[in-house]
Amino acid sequence: MIWQQFANGLAIGSVYALIALGLTMVYGVLRILHIAHAGVYALGAYVGLLVFRFIPNFWLALAITMVASSFAGIILQRYLYAPLLALPRIVPLIASIGLFIAMEEIFRLIAGPYILAFPADPGLGGIEWGIVRITNNQFLVFLVTVSLLATLWFVMSKTKLGLAMKATSQDLEIASVMGINTERIIATNFLIGSALAGAAGVLVGVYFNSVYPTMGSIPAYKALAIIVLGGLGSIPGTVLGGLLIGLGETLLLGLINIPFPRDALAFIIMIIILMFRPYGLLGKE
Amino acid sequence: MFGGYIITVAVTIGIYIILAMSLNIITGYAGQISLGHAAFWGIGAYCSALLSTRLGLPFWIGLPMTIAITALTGSLLAIPCLRVREDFLAITTIGINFVVQAVFLYVPFFGGAMGIGGIRSPFSTSSFFWITLIFVLVCIVLDRWLVTSWIGLALESIREDETAAAISGIDVVRFKVAAFAIGSGLTGLAGHLYAHFMTFISADDFGFPQSIVILSMIVFGGIGTLRGAILGAIILGVAPEIFRPVLDYRTLIYGGLLIFMMRFQPGGILGDQSVLPKLFRMVRQRSPALVRSG
Repeated sequence: MIWQQFANGLAIGSVYALIALGLTMVYGVLRILHIAHAGVYALGAYVGLLVFRFIPNFWLALAITMVASSFAGIILQRYLYAPLLALPRIVPLIASIGLFIAMEEIFRLIAGPYILAFPADPGLGGIEWGIVRITNNQFLVFLVTVSLLATLWFVMSKTKLGLAMKATSQDLEIASVMGINTERIIATNFLIGSALAGAAGVLVGVYFNSVYPTMGSIPAYKALAIIVLGGLGSIPGTVLGGLLIGLGETLLLGLINIPFPRDALAFIIMIIILMFRPYGLLGKE
Repeated sequence: MFGGYIITVAVTIGIYIILAMSLNIITGYAGQISLGHAAFWGIGAYCSALLSTRLGLPFWIGLPMTIAITALTGSLLAIPCLRVREDFLAITTIGINFVVQAVFLYVPFFGGAMGIGGIRSPFSTSSFFWITLIFVLVCIVLDRWLVTSWIGLALESIREDETAAAISGIDVVRFKVAAFAIGSGLTGLAGHLYAHFMTFISADDFGFPQSIVILSMIVFGGIGTLRGAILGAIILGVAPEIFRPVLDYRTLIYGGLLIFMMRFQPGGILGDQSVLPKLFRMVRQRSPALVRSG
């Protein structure tokens, strides 16, 4: 029982981590709270479903979604955020909230307010391991998340691009003086982050077999709790935070059965941890 | 004098003006971004509703008690906010909003999912309009006094540079708590009015989306200015009524309006650096010259 809940928690937590990663990458370079990131996530789910309806192949849908959502991310960066960067931080925040509201409404107007099914079968099969049963969909979530995280880790720590991205997030001006094309690095951050969000949208759509216009609203703020928990801008911290919240929610609600809403729990965990570490788990002052 | 519909909209906008002014003290004057302002409003409304239904206290006795309790709770909730700054603060306040709403929703004492009903209002709808109007005017006077007082100056210095303010001998922690206390005291007033006007409240009224609406009002009107908070509350309060014929697109228009405003007039309609106030200042500077030449 406890191990089964553990597997469920890990699956949810790794999706949280995937969504929050893009947010933390954007925060790392631009220091803005990109609420509309959750809109990109929902967009990903819809694009994935649309592709899947034409060509019922999960992997193709995933790949096209990641390309499409990274385009969406770059457009947002160039036409919405770029002109607002010099302004007080509340301005891009409100613009981002406005965009998120508008995106949800556009999904509703185009696709209707209903929950659409996403019956994709990637053909992986489940695993039965002692008393723990990892379902088909859970296995899919683990597989995709782990391979995306591994790719991200490789890019960030083994390539020149990753080095440039780290330098840019540490100090944008000095990085640009050192000859790094920071404009391109910022765009790359949006590209990678939005691709991850799109992938997370497809994964969640398949995992719960549902895609609906407001599917982004809970991740929109929960991802904020996660990146704060991890220490705003820290990539390993975000992965840790995502897993912690996913596991914490599932275990606390599944085992102790406290009468408390799942979505407030993430914030209670966050507030408690912030009291002891005001810059998050792996954050720096 | 007016129809019931107009009065209901007017009272709602009056309550929004008080809410916008109170958030303007915390976020506009003291510079502490709060994305959980509806939580304080909810605390005020629930407190007022409980005092009225459980203890049967009349409107005018419940009012000072609600304001005091909300101000106290607001300053207590500000304590976790003192540990964190800027974006950490913004997200912590979202957290507070969700936790407070969850408490209202899940603790039976607060009526659970059913909310609290049967709050008795001693006034007719039209006299409620006048009472709200008077309270709005009182808040405006209070706000003007606050800005010119030493508290207002201290808050402004904290907003501009917290470290410099601390070095100049300003007790940053005390004034931040003061900002939260004054701001949430005013939301207590708004909650009291709301509970007695609606006669029924539930946890859904005070969620995170409401916090966003209140914050949008002050940013839209021009953050840090009283005129901006009032105008923002009026425009964004009236907007849903104006766009009622295009109900299906209402929220889309709202979102689009926020993006458009931030993109082209980021200081808000009446912010100090925005087009309208600049024009106004230009006209005022020029008019004596015109008089002399004429």
